[in-house]
Amino acid sequence: MADVAAIQPIRRLLIANRGEIARRIQRTAHEMGIDTVAVYADGDVSAPFVREADIAIALKGNLPAETYLDAAKVLKACGRTGADAVHPGYGFLSENASFARSVTRAGLRWIGPSSDAIAAVGDKLAAKALMEELGVPTLPALEVKEGSDLAAAARETGFPLLVKAAAGGGGRGMRIVQEGEDIAEAVASATRESLAAFGDGTVFLERWLTKPRHVEVQILGDNHGNVVYLFERECSIQRRHQKIIEEAPSPAVDAKMRARMGEAALTVARRIGYTSAGTVEFLLDGDDFWFLEVNTRLQVEHPVTEAITGLDMVREQIRIAEGEPLGYAQDDLSITGHAIEARLYAEDPSNDFLPAGGSVLEWQPDDTGSARFDSGIESGSDISVDFDAMIAKVIVTAPTRREAAARLARTLERTRLQGVTNNRDFLVATLREPAFLIGDTTTDFIERVNPGRRRKLSMSENHDALMAVTVYGQARRREGAKVLGNVPSGWRNSFMPPEAASFRVGDDETRVEYRSRRDGAFDVSIGDNDYRVTVLSQDADGVDMEVDGRRFYAAISQCADRWLLHGPGGDIELLELPRFPTGSHAAVAGALVAPMPGNVTSVQVANGDSVSQGQLLFTLEAMKMEHRITAQRSGIVSRILVEAGDQVDNGALLAVLEED
Amino acid sequence: MAVLESRLDVRSSAYRENRERMLEALARLDELYGEAAQGGGEEAMARLRSRDKMPLRERISLVLDRDSPFLEISPLAAWRSNYAVGSGFIVGIGVIENTECVILGHDPSVRAGAFNQFNSKKLMRGLEIARQNRLPYVQFVESAGADLRGEGGRSDPEASIRREITHFAESGRLFYEITELSKLRIPTISVVFGASTAGGAYQPGMSDYNIFIKGQSRVALGGPPLVKMATGEDADYEDLAGADMHTRVSGLGDYLAQDELDGIRMCREVVAHLNWRKQGPGPTMPADDPIYDPEELLGIVNENLRVPFDMREVLARVADGSRFEEFKPLYGPTLVTGWTSISGYPIGVLGNNGPLMSESSEKGSQFIQLCNQIDVPMLFLHNITGFIVGTDFEHQGITKHGSKMINAVANSTVPHISIIVGASYGAGNYGMSGRAYETRFSYTWPTAKIAVMGPKQMAGVMTIVQRAAAERRGLEFDEAANDRRAEAAEFWAEERSKGLYATSRVADDGMIDPRDLRTVAAISLSACHSNKVEGTKEFGTWRM
Repeated sequence: MADVAAIQPIRRLLIANRGEIARRIQRTAHEMGIDTVAVYADGDVSAPFVREADIAIALKGNLPAETYLDAAKVLKACGRTGADAVHPGYGFLSENASFARSVTRAGLRWIGPSSDAIAAVGDKLAAKALMEELGVPTLPALEVKEGSDLAAAARETGFPLLVKAAAGGGGRGMRIVQEGEDIAEAVASATRESLAAFGDGTVFLERWLTKPRHVEVQILGDNHGNVVYLFERECSIQRRHQKIIEEAPSPAVDAKMRARMGEAALTVARRIGYTSAGTVEFLLDGDDFWFLEVNTRLQVEHPVTEAITGLDMVREQIRIAEGEPLGYAQDDLSITGHAIEARLYAEDPSNDFLPAGGSVLEWQPDDTGSARFDSGIESGSDISVDFDAMIAKVIVTAPTRREAAARLARTLERTRLQGVTNNRDFLVATLREPAFLIGDTTTDFIERVNPGRRRKLSMSENHDALMAVTVYGQARRREGAKVLGNVPSGWRNSFMPPEAASFRVGDDETRVEYRSRRDGAFDVSIGDNDYRVTVLSQDADGVDMEVDGRRFYAAISQCADRWLLHGPGGDIELLELPRFPTGSHAAVAGALVAPMPGNVTSVQVANGDSVSQGQLLFTLEAMKMEHRITAQRSGIVSRILVEAGDQVDNGALLAVLEED
Repeated sequence: MAVLESRLDVRSSAYRENRERMLEALARLDELYGEAAQGGGEEAMARLRSRDKMPLRERISLVLDRDSPFLEISPLAAWRSNYAVGSGFIVGIGVIENTECVILGHDPSVRAGAFNQFNSKKLMRGLEIARQNRLPYVQFVESAGADLRGEGGRSDPEASIRREITHFAESGRLFYEITELSKLRIPTISVVFGASTAGGAYQPGMSDYNIFIKGQSRVALGGPPLVKMATGEDADYEDLAGADMHTRVSGLGDYLAQDELDGIRMCREVVAHLNWRKQGPGPTMPADDPIYDPEELLGIVNENLRVPFDMREVLARVADGSRFEEFKPLYGPTLVTGWTSISGYPIGVLGNNGPLMSESSEKGSQFIQLCNQIDVPMLFLHNITGFIVGTDFEHQGITKHGSKMINAVANSTVPHISIIVGASYGAGNYGMSGRAYETRFSYTWPTAKIAVMGPKQMAGVMTIVQRAAAERRGLEFDEAANDRRAEAAEFWAEERSKGLYATSRVADDGMIDPRDLRTVAAISLSACHSNKVEGTKEFGTWRM
């Protein structure tokens, strides 16, 4: 029986974060009878996490540094709203020891480990030293100091090596250096990036394992000296050093290894008096594992642990902060089933996974696969270039890993996510790779296995989409007709050419011809294929139709000349070509368009230049990264529409390339 | 309003037989539409395409709003003539930027778009439709001018000259009418797709808006050969008549299009800015479908027009909700009169259920006045062998009463739409607002007949008259020769009475599939409502 007097219930929780994690924390807090306070940057004012909070306070500003990273503003919001606790989520101020200290000094509860624990392992070099002291294996690492002999240091760690920011995370401030490459330049740029991102330029060198798995152990400690581990998660599938598929348990970890890693994690936890949730990250290669770092916060991928343990991690964090004891011991915990999480990002897998901002025009999670969706967006949300480009996390649990993978792939496929370039097809392809299914997952999985970046539509999927959009567009036009709207669609008394529309899907242009029939059906021709299409019902959301004895429903929406369709073949986007081309649009052959909103930083070509495939034409700065716009094929630059310094929108025409 | 009750037995052999015959007639029409769509034939079409030019039907399809209807007027003009079916010219009512327009154009694949009597008649009809209904007028110009070969070059010149009754001195009316439209504040738009020289130059010349196509439009009073003959000048065709010149130098062209597609786009833009507002009240009634299947319209009329049918069966498959408020159902029952609506447009209906008698003529005259009193357009459903003849009927004043109905029809000012469902013979055609009675639109069913009288009656009348003449002169009447003559007369009268002949001579606005009657009526009524819909109290003097 817990000491009830020692328990101080939380009544109003301020969540110092945004998007999906803010929403996820709100969900549990509300379930526990706790009011929530949201804080928000200007651009988030209409976001679901702001609307769904009980109280929402503006932080005034748009950039992270002037909003979610501004500790003073967040603390002021606490005072203004009477919040008695702060949950930092992940990222932003979550691992900022001095912020944690300020929160507790202000008399509020901090949902997380103590500031001392954060400080003890927050610095990666210090953490490593602590591990070595505790006998947990670590990879050789050397801090780079002013005037360090980099060559000597490299000999010590061995190649390939990793230049890593001490304060880093999320892949920023990281460089891999192969034998013979310039270490000094990698160190310099990692230092610059780290300084810019974290305000701390300290970097160190460590050995880079080429085929390791990323396995991490979830720990949980209360204020009564109890610590347990909630088993491991494997997060080896990464791109740009960032996880995109995570699972629990790891296919590479057996009971013995699990106990070894768990004990290693608990050793650290006990040593620093760890409370709340934390993650000890390891690299695993065969029977060996090496300590990487401790994350003193809730992880993005915590749902897979929740799925296999049945625990609500946010609830556990809040209970712990309220002073409750865990109430269970290590032996009470067990693993049930297998969980996999996939992260949907607004990014372009075909273009080195570069972030792609823009509007999510359609968002409809699939509800047929019992999946959990943790998401901060809704249809119409903008993926801001100022913050993380994650759209949603999708988590499924199944009795076996293979089933979980199949269900997650199907769920992702059936989820409607349109308007913004995203990694869904890539995630689906990954989940269906034989290498993934046998558990051959290492951190170089993507380079090694190279899953498909873009789904290739079958002819039938393509034609179904073309027909659905055609008859839907037809119905909308008839409804919008201001005269003769009552008479049959496209009615003719003599022989006239059929109605026609042309679309572009990917690089293919297709012409659809159709005629309405006396019985209300349509005869549709696409290339050499003829179809009979009967519209069973249709409204503003889509069309229910039968094509040659096959019934299907397609949800359809339109955004200018883009048709967003969601049917049995999943999401398909079609670009309708103008009936009367005027030459001013991206539909021009050879058009080079901006892949995302951004700033043109340089123009590398001039009108009339002959360029070869892959040649750099423009650089664009967006989402704090530099993007290279290259020629898709060789040709002659016939028009240039921008100059350096121009701000361009997603899809803006930059130049036109003509074939030689 | 009461709903009509149908007594049509769709399982009867008569219905099935009627339907079979009607479908055969429709299949024959489809062949002719196919022929018309071929224009000048495959070779001519291929030649057109090789010059990056579109066939006329494609041009028209592109100028129309997507998925909107297009009603082609007289698509089978010049059938059974020395000219191509359709006459190398298209006239129709179509929707451009939500504006109903008359759209017409020369088919460059048929004798380079040259004029002949048939397509001239169609063009004049197009101008008339635009004027009567206040529809903006769009013409796609590309014409070699008059067909100097005459009768398609197929006839003996001496025979031709003997037959001709038209003369150049009467020509040019079309330019008068184009500018008359403009004066009536009905905009006129020309897109010039090719050569338009000599008289043809005035087609754009008289238009309010001219869109010329770069490298294609050629407009001049005289082309290079005529200039050479007249002045000796060796003119460069492009410099003399080209689109660039006219849009930059002469000012005859208002818009310079880069190609045909661009020209069509510009045409749509011009219509879009017309700020067009229809002047009629528009539909005011519920526009629900008839409760009876329009498909059944195929089995109502017997090919043998002596077999009677109830015109209400037609109406039940055309009127909104099959509703009909019948006027004077018990008086003069050979003419059915009453009120209903089609596609929401209120209409008065006059339908024949037998010959026009004195009572039915009087009833018709009264009904026409009532429609005029309340500004309601009228639909005339023809199946009329004529006004009744005979001594008793003359005593009752059938000529007087028939004249009264013709007086009412002629002076009525609400729009009339005539559908020749069965027969339309003699003065019955006039009383039922035939083609010559400023009827806004008239259409013919495939099995319909239109003539002064039945062919058999006509042959019989001729025999009686000639026998009497022979007797007067004391000559022996050659029965055998008369039989041959009568047979031939009946044959040709029969040929001329066929609906297809009327439609080929542009004596109607086209033959329609009975199942399309509701749609055609809706398009026609909507066109009528582009103008004011106003009745009158002014008629000729009634002989009471």
